[in-house]
Amino acid sequence: MSGLPVKTSDLIDRLAADLKPEPRNRLPRLIALGALGGAAVSGLVVGSLWGIRPDMAAALRTPPFWIKEFFVLGLAAVGFLAVLSLARPAGKAGRPAFLAVAIASGLGALAVLQLASAPPELWKRLVMGKTSAVCPWLIMLLAIPVMLGLTWAMRRMAPTRLRAAGAMAGLTAGALSALIYSVSCDESAMPFVFVWYGGAIAAMAIVGALMGPRLLRW
Amino acid sequence: MNTVEVQLRALMIESLAGNERAYRMLLQESGKRLRAYYSRRLVDAAMADDLVQETLLAIHTRRGTYDPERPFTAWLHAIARYKLIDFLRSRRQRRTVSFEETPEEALVFEEGDPLAQLDLAQILETVSPRTRELIRAVKIEGRSVAEVATVSGLSESAIKVAMHRALARLSKKFGRDVS
Repeated sequence: MSGLPVKTSDLIDRLAADLKPEPRNRLPRLIALGALGGAAVSGLVVGSLWGIRPDMAAALRTPPFWIKEFFVLGLAAVGFLAVLSLARPAGKAGRPAFLAVAIASGLGALAVLQLASAPPELWKRLVMGKTSAVCPWLIMLLAIPVMLGLTWAMRRMAPTRLRAAGAMAGLTAGALSALIYSVSCDESAMPFVFVWYGGAIAAMAIVGALMGPRLLRW
Repeated sequence: MNTVEVQLRALMIESLAGNERAYRMLLQESGKRLRAYYSRRLVDAAMADDLVQETLLAIHTRRGTYDPERPFTAWLHAIARYKLIDFLRSRRQRRTVSFEETPEEALVFEEGDPLAQLDLAQILETVSPRTRELIRAVKIEGRSVAEVATVSGLSESAIKVAMHRALARLSKKFGRDVS
C-alpha cells in the first residue's frame, strides 16, 4: 500500500504509536537549560572558592568594569544565537559569527587606544595585569561544565555542520565562563581583558571546533 | 511553493501537535522520498533501506528541530544528506568492508570528501559532452590515453590538452584539485 518494505512499514507503525505532542520552543529551552545548568556549576565553584571581588561596589561605578561585562555577555549572547541556529539541520550562523568578530574587534580597538594613551612603561602591566598566569586557564576550566551542558542539549538536536556547531558551543561556553569568572576577578584593563579573556574564549571555540564532529555526531 | 511542500508541511505541523494519523502519512511519504533519494545514490538496495529506516528514526527523535516557519522538504533533505554523508564516512573508516558491499562511488574514489563523489556527476555536467566522455574514460574508468585515442580517433596530445584544460577550469571553478 505504501510502496515501502515491510520492515520500514513496521518501523513507521512503531514510531507513529510513540508520537507525543512536541512542546513549542523545546529547542531554545533545552539549549538554555544546558548552558545555564553548566553555568550554575561553574558559578558554585567560583562562589565557594573565591567569592565576589572585594572591591565590587567600587567597580560597579567604573566604565571598564561594564565594558568587560558587555564584552563577555555580548559574546555569550551571539554564541547562544549561533548555537540555536546550528542545532537545526542545515542551520547557519553567519550573522552571529560576524557579530562575535565585531564585538572582539571593538574591544581590540579599545585595548589599542588604552595602550596608545598610556606611557610605554605601563604597557606590560596593562597587558599582563597581576593574574595573567591563571586567568585564561581558570576561564577554560570553568567553561567545561557549560560545554558539557551545551553538548548534552545539542546531542538531542540535529546539527549538520558539526565543526561550526562545536565552535559556537565552545564560544558560548567560554564567554559564559568568563562572565562568571569576571565576578571575582578584579582586572579590568582593556588590553588584559582582550588578550586573556578573549584568548581563553577563542581557545574554547577552537577546542569546540576540534571536538564537534566527535561530540555532536548523531 | 509546490504542492508536495504544502502537504508535507501541513502534515508535519499536525504531527508536532500530536496527530498520529497525520504523522503516519508524513512518515510514509517521507519514507518513499528517502527511498528514492538513497537508492539513487547507493547501489545496494538493502543498504539504502537501512538508511531510510535510520533517517526515519532520526526524524522521529529529532522532530523538535523542525522550525514551522521554514520549508519541511528542506529540513528533510538536510537530514537525509547528513545521514548519507555520515554513512559514507563511517564506511570509509571501517576497513573491513567487503567488495560486494561497497557502493560503486566508493570504489571509484578512494579518498577525499564523500560529497566530492556525490557531486561529481553534477560537476561533469558543466563541461562539454565530448570532454566529459574523455574525463570519464581516463580519470574515472582508468583507461589509458592511448586506448581512448584509438577508440575516439583523436590524437593523444589533443586528448591530453582537452582534459588538462577542462580539469584546470573545473578546479578553478569548484575550488579544489579535481585532477
